[in-house]
Amino acid sequence: MKFLRNLVEGMKPTFSKGGKLEKLHWVFDGLETFLFTPGHATERGAHIRDGIDLKRTMSIVITAMIPCLLFGMWNVGHQHYNALGFLREVEVGFWHKMMFGAVKVLPIVVVSYGVGLGIEFLFTSIKGHPIQEGYLVSGMLIPLVMPVETPLWMVAVGSAFAVIIGKEVFGGTGMNILNVALTARAFLFFAYPTMMSGDKVWVSTANDMNFPLVDGFSGATSLGHAAAGNISKVTPMMDSFWGLEAGSIGETSAFACLIGAAVLIITGIGSWRIMLATLLGGAAMATLFNWVGPQLDEAYTTRMYMQIPVLHQLVLGGFMFGLVFMATDPVTATQTNTGKWIYGFLIGLLAILIRVVNPAYPEGMMLAILFMNVMAPLIDHYVVQANIKRRMKRVALQTA
Amino acid sequence: MSTETAAPAKPADGLFSKKNRKLITDPLNDNNPITVQVLGICSALAITVKLENALVMSASVMAVLIAGNMIISALRNLIPGRIRIIAQLVIAAGLVTLVDIILKAYVYDVSKQVGVYVGLIITNCILMGRFEAYAMGNKPIPSAMDAIGNSLGYAWILVAVAFFRELFGNGSLMGLRIIPESFYAMNGGGYFNNNMMILPPMALVIVGIIIWIQRARNTKLIEQA
Repeated sequence: MKFLRNLVEGMKPTFSKGGKLEKLHWVFDGLETFLFTPGHATERGAHIRDGIDLKRTMSIVITAMIPCLLFGMWNVGHQHYNALGFLREVEVGFWHKMMFGAVKVLPIVVVSYGVGLGIEFLFTSIKGHPIQEGYLVSGMLIPLVMPVETPLWMVAVGSAFAVIIGKEVFGGTGMNILNVALTARAFLFFAYPTMMSGDKVWVSTANDMNFPLVDGFSGATSLGHAAAGNISKVTPMMDSFWGLEAGSIGETSAFACLIGAAVLIITGIGSWRIMLATLLGGAAMATLFNWVGPQLDEAYTTRMYMQIPVLHQLVLGGFMFGLVFMATDPVTATQTNTGKWIYGFLIGLLAILIRVVNPAYPEGMMLAILFMNVMAPLIDHYVVQANIKRRMKRVALQTA
Repeated sequence: MSTETAAPAKPADGLFSKKNRKLITDPLNDNNPITVQVLGICSALAITVKLENALVMSASVMAVLIAGNMIISALRNLIPGRIRIIAQLVIAAGLVTLVDIILKAYVYDVSKQVGVYVGLIITNCILMGRFEAYAMGNKPIPSAMDAIGNSLGYAWILVAVAFFRELFGNGSLMGLRIIPESFYAMNGGGYFNNNMMILPPMALVIVGIIIWIQRARNTKLIEQA
């Protein structure tokens, strides 16, 4: 550690005012404050500075995502060998699957970070402000919500769009209206629908083509099957919970997401109110569908989908992932406590509603969160207004 | 008395005097109808999927705007103030119908594609905006200049947006293939058309990016905080 400190201190004059590489000052500053908590002290007034700044916050969120990432890598390998039938003939070991997944997943992570941070650095140099660390989390979220077969250039285009149009035009980190990672996914979903949905992209079958696929293999996700009406092909509940199903890289395992949720809640970084409210909203809608479903006649194609048990509905697809890592994004969520309950509840409600009723969008979580991101300021506004009204009434009562 | 206070007659401006030139160049950048006045956005979103449609639309708007501006300017002292909007609409509607008939007669295929939008030129805010703001108070020749300037300002934005939308959304320009077939995934390449470009929201994003670049370069447009 001391070596690193000395190295940073030694390089400092080169990047400070008057130094040779003055232009790159903010890039250097960004890296320095990433490695060490900055020693800035507040100059005026008595303010207490918490040791946990934005970089530390972001690092904890990334830590919370590691279970999802690791499980995602393993699952990519698992799904791959499963599709090729290796599981029947030779047992492929844990590390074998892990390695295959790592080779597939890590390039996506690298591209996402490379493009996103590159653009951030560019804007930093142009505008001359400190590097904003918001992309640390988005850069990890983007790979986790991509199908494994997404071409790298698409990841690059999506990340660039999300950083520039989703964030920089609004003024950078902390100013964005929409969740950056979901902006990237939504852009790619609408721009390249064949690569972001359907039954070809979720399981990596591209290489090893000399091995035939297993008979009856289908690469569709559970939600894809359900939307197409094949309820019998939906992954069983416990498999969905552990994550043994096809899907975007990091979102299949509800279990890994729950570990992340525990980390976020214990450290106080993610809002438990939003998580709980989203869960309740989803459960409420699923319960409603459970009740409505059996009463519909055959003409309604979604009647079987509606009857999936509540808990199963909640562990399918990206619901848990979105709930833990995306709905709780402190920038785009509501700020008031009452607002958080309303915001979370409506996300859960809409996600299940879109997923079941609209077969064109098998996963409603993305659209539900983006929609509620837009609504969040409105919710906050009314919560604040209601509070003012209530207190005004109290004042009027006392003076009367 | 009145003869004493009358302003001295100003010498007539030449056709290409500084003032008239400004009428044409201003709307191209500083006072662009789409990016600065934010008028005519609907048509910029609707018909910019293909470059050809954008060009036909621009030409149609230009014809209607020039003729309309000149007619209204010539009639400006005859139109009663209280019914001027109706009068302007009637003139615009007549001209639009004329353009529509001409398109149908000579370029039937294009006319079928842009069909409904040509009719909607009547509701293009740029038209009413220029009629109200300029033609009602100025002579026919400057009005024509103003119309040329504004329709050119409208046209270049439309063409720029359509250029990117057709190139990335369809891989072609004016119907000619630019990105070779062999690049596409179905032929073994790794390229896909960007479907988002075909959707109207992306036109709005492109117009937004043009506004962004324009404001960053043109210091006159930067709003004072």
